Amino acid sequence: MLDFWTIFSQSFWTKAKTKSFIITTLIVVAGIFLMSNLSGIISKVQEVGVFGDDVDVNTVYLVEDSSNLGVQLEQQLDQLNSDIKVKVTTNSMDELEQQINDEKISIFLVLALDNTNTIQATYTSKNANDFDQPMMIREALQNVQTNIKANSLKLTGEEVSQLFASIQFKQEAVSASSKSEEELSQARGLVYVLIFVIYFSVFYYSNMIAMEVATEKSSRVMEIIISSVSPVKHMFAKIAGVGTLGLLQIALFGLVGFIALKTSSSDLTSGVFSFFGFSNVSVSTMILAVVFFLLGYFLYATLAAMLGSLVSRTEDVQQLLLPMTFLIIIASFIAFSGLGNPEASYVQIASYIPFFTPLVMFLRVGMLDLPVWEPLLGIGILLVTIFILGWFGSRVYRGGVLMYGASQSLKDIKRAMQLGKK
Amino acid sequence: MALKIEHVTRRFGDFTAVKDLSMIVEQGSMYGFLGANGAGKTTTFRMILGLLDATEGSITWNGKPITYANRSHIGYLPEERGLYPKMNVEDQLVYLGQLRGMKKTGAKNAVNQWLEKFEVKHYAQKKVEELSKGNQQKIQLIASLVHKPSLIILDEPFSGLDPVNVEMLKKAILDIQKEGATIVFSSHRMDHVEELCDQLCIMHHGEAIVSGSLREVKRGFGRQNVRLKADFDLTFLGELEGVNSFQPSIEGGLFQISDERIAHELLRTALTRGDIRYFAIEEPSLQDIFIEKVGKEYA
Repeated sequence: MLDFWTIFSQSFWTKAKTKSFIITTLIVVAGIFLMSNLSGIISKVQEVGVFGDDVDVNTVYLVEDSSNLGVQLEQQLDQLNSDIKVKVTTNSMDELEQQINDEKISIFLVLALDNTNTIQATYTSKNANDFDQPMMIREALQNVQTNIKANSLKLTGEEVSQLFASIQFKQEAVSASSKSEEELSQARGLVYVLIFVIYFSVFYYSNMIAMEVATEKSSRVMEIIISSVSPVKHMFAKIAGVGTLGLLQIALFGLVGFIALKTSSSDLTSGVFSFFGFSNVSVSTMILAVVFFLLGYFLYATLAAMLGSLVSRTEDVQQLLLPMTFLIIIASFIAFSGLGNPEASYVQIASYIPFFTPLVMFLRVGMLDLPVWEPLLGIGILLVTIFILGWFGSRVYRGGVLMYGASQSLKDIKRAMQLGKK
Repeated sequence: MALKIEHVTRRFGDFTAVKDLSMIVEQGSMYGFLGANGAGKTTTFRMILGLLDATEGSITWNGKPITYANRSHIGYLPEERGLYPKMNVEDQLVYLGQLRGMKKTGAKNAVNQWLEKFEVKHYAQKKVEELSKGNQQKIQLIASLVHKPSLIILDEPFSGLDPVNVEMLKKAILDIQKEGATIVFSSHRMDHVEELCDQLCIMHHGEAIVSGSLREVKRGFGRQNVRLKADFDLTFLGELEGVNSFQPSIEGGLFQISDERIAHELLRTALTRGDIRYFAIEEPSLQDIFIEKVGKEYA
């Protein structure tokens, strides 16, 4: 047992102390801080006016006829709490277009009333990809229009509000496992992020394992090690060591993310973050994410260690890992496509296929109210597979680490089994 | 108290790497393994270490099979040098020592003593890949000796070393033997085996074709060399009955014979032609035996 911990701590610390690992971790930490403060940074940058010098993006230059719509528009914009300022101009449209091209102004609006008292508006800006401002102006103009029409129909304000009273619309689902639409969209964001984390970390750390094994083999230090400790112990100690490192790294990212969001000026319940459902993070979802990360990691790391033991040179690792990489990618495809429709039958079936379970079952558990036995069955199948793979993998590993040759194909598994045979 | 290999055979599919090998290495002795590349030496070593299992037969150390439980008594220097290229010398040796059951502080002390002994103390904090080949070899040897093993297996310990370092390592190995360790080693260098080993065997295609003590092996070879120096051509003596071969040299030549009596016959015949300046009966060298037994293509 002592050697297990020796190998465990060696694989943990040598990895943790490498420059590449430290730098990657720091970059991600910096990235998390940057992302969580992104909106703040952008608005700061806009305030300072790095983009487009003195162009005031919030000022709309208005060309209007005699109908005096500008005042009403300004009133409506005020009511909508908009930052948009209206400035009436007498410049011709050609001149205004030229000014937009010269980046002196950013928007101009042409307003007129046609003979049915309907507003005709043309919104002009440099690019057609603005989204917020045209929406806002359109809404304000719609209100202006409503007022004009109400006046001409001689409706009172109360009558108008009765006309536009909103209905009560509620969506309910019959399926027992499905969550309400509100719950779903809250869960979706969190599950999305966690699936990505699981996918990425399982992929990253199993690759790390395969590289480790191949490096030890190609540097021939393996022969000394397995003459001191059994290959099986070596393999699992290594997997456990790197796995712990991975878990700690993810925990660190999680913590940093939490701190970054708490300290950032961004509001967790609005904007981008409301999509991710961070406002009410479910503890059980987090725990399940850790469980499925660990299981997925052990499954793929065992596979990776086995494949890593077959190559003689580190250059050949990627080639042999390709089939495994495909498995992870397919799993992630199913999981991401299942986000929109977690009850689809293909998602359900895939969640019991062990190589897909970590991602797909997690998706289902996160998105739906499953009966307890379903995830437990999935986890059970996964554990059995890990056990079988561990047994099989350690047989291959035992022979594989002694094998040196040019050929790198899955056929070598058979040769390795033969070599490692008791 | 000995390493016993009894009727060991190892097959890989249809290929037989080691065939019915038997030998006993007494405690405290040094055993030399000779053989061309692919003769089965490394496979035998791997079986002794338990990395491979014998298809047939048994290998025991002090009467017990070698398992991971008694692994801390065994030291191994593989033929292909293997160390972590990116790890520093001290950390690496301490780690390997710990894997052989040492405590961390104990390992650290032992490592530093060895580094001093091999005059490489100043490399302790260097990465292995920065060291010269000879120095890497020293580190590798330390890795196999640091935990004071009682059975040491050295696969080609002297290859790639300059003569000064060969002497240093030889001395270290002899010191360890004096402390009671049993050493099995393989080499392509016959002179090293002649110099160090009490017992030896020559392997060829998985079989031990010659084995025993150095003296037994030389006697059993049944051939001797006669070196003659004279001022006349000695070629005609090569025709004499009982002479296996003749190699002329500038001053005379070397005759290989199967029986010592032929040597005297040679001398008598030569004296009929003229004066002989030098005459000697030489024992065969291991090199001769090896080449004769294993074949000239490997020499």
